[in-house]
Amino acid sequence: MIAIDELLRRFAGLDGELDRAELSRWVENHWILPESDGERESERWVFHEVDIARVELILHVKREYAVDDESMALVLGLLDQVYSLRRQMRRLCSALESQPPEIRDAIRKALPPAGK
Amino acid sequence: MATQTPYEVLGVKKDASADDIRKAYRNLAKQFHPDLNPGKPAAEARFKDISSAYDLLSDPEKRARYDRGEIDESGAERPRYSYRPHAEGAQGWKYQPEGEFDAGDLDDLFAMFGRGGGARGTGRPGEGLQMPGADRHFSLTIDFVTAATGGKQRLALSPEEWLDVTIPPGIEEGQVLRLKGKGGPGFGGGPPGDALIEIHIEPHPWFRREGDDIHMELPVSLAEAVLGARVPVASLTGPVTMTIPKGSDTGTQLRLRGKGIHRKRRGAETTGDQYVTLKVVIGASGDPELAKFLEDWAKKHPTDPRRDMFVSTTGGAAAA
Repeated sequence: MIAIDELLRRFAGLDGELDRAELSRWVENHWILPESDGERESERWVFHEVDIARVELILHVKREYAVDDESMALVLGLLDQVYSLRRQMRRLCSALESQPPEIRDAIRKALPPAGK
Repeated sequence: MATQTPYEVLGVKKDASADDIRKAYRNLAKQFHPDLNPGKPAAEARFKDISSAYDLLSDPEKRARYDRGEIDESGAERPRYSYRPHAEGAQGWKYQPEGEFDAGDLDDLFAMFGRGGGARGTGRPGEGLQMPGADRHFSLTIDFVTAATGGKQRLALSPEEWLDVTIPPGIEEGQVLRLKGKGGPGFGGGPPGDALIEIHIEPHPWFRREGDDIHMELPVSLAEAVLGARVPVASLTGPVTMTIPKGSDTGTQLRLRGKGIHRKRRGAETTGDQYVTLKVVIGASGDPELAKFLEDWAKKHPTDPRRDMFVSTTGGAAAA
């Protein structure tokens, strides 16, 4: 959990050139969702590990693929869908794992081969 | 002082060519080489920096990794934030798309299994339980004509909340209308429940329903039945004029075509009829003139309306 100054400091050395205005825009776009108590003042924002990792991700994608803001919204939207699906798959898998062996075997047999 | 980047150490631009970097290194190396600067520790430290900066930038692979932020100035792996473990970790839920996209929802998977999902609520760890709101039940009494022709009827959902319920034509007693989203509020972002409205229909003083047909009994006078007449009759849509044929009797059934319940069912329009059963009401049985007339008339026309009643029990002997 860090505040905005510490976050900016962490990314200052990297050549993504993240400044306060840009980060604020990301928060406005809901690309980054810091804990905020409903406050708009950036000094009150609290960034968790997931947010920090996401800032790094956005910087990386911008830098590596020259992605502009509009495309970034699309990229993040698709990415969030993929992770959402992965989470759901994990939930389903853990539900399957908790089944007795004979049920797991039956499901394994019933799975069609990939690509069919 | 913040650590200098290897580019800064060598005094070159970030897009400097390999040649430029080599030249810059050679110039600086000559300047700060320990052998040329004996007894100057600052120069020695500087020379080390220059060497390691050149070491990094002279290797295209290392230089590219540094540019991507994968390694730091010393060539050590920079601890990278990988997003995936976070996205799939406990905090990842907050970036889960909501609203327009929901294909990842387990409910959809369960739907593929053929409604194997059980309860409609979906527990989401870390996010709390998401449940649709409860259905609310109401009872609404409407008059016979509104039930037959359709219309709007106001229903009080609560002392503050009113709802104009659209009654489809031909609604049946006890039928339940479901108004989506008019029930209790959803929990944890779930959709609201539905309002379920059970319809009761008040009886009508004259009309009765049989399917989409309307039946009624119509009193007519003796003269109207014998001589025929045109009389006003109530219908669902207001009074209409009906012709009573000459020589009608109690029990004579007349049909008003298309005056029953009109409705659209799966695109096709259907209309019922109104059936009017006559009931002769003499109304003036104490009248001496009528009595005098009937005395003469009955002698000439002996009739027995009960004759058929006794055929089966006494073998027809009663008529004698």
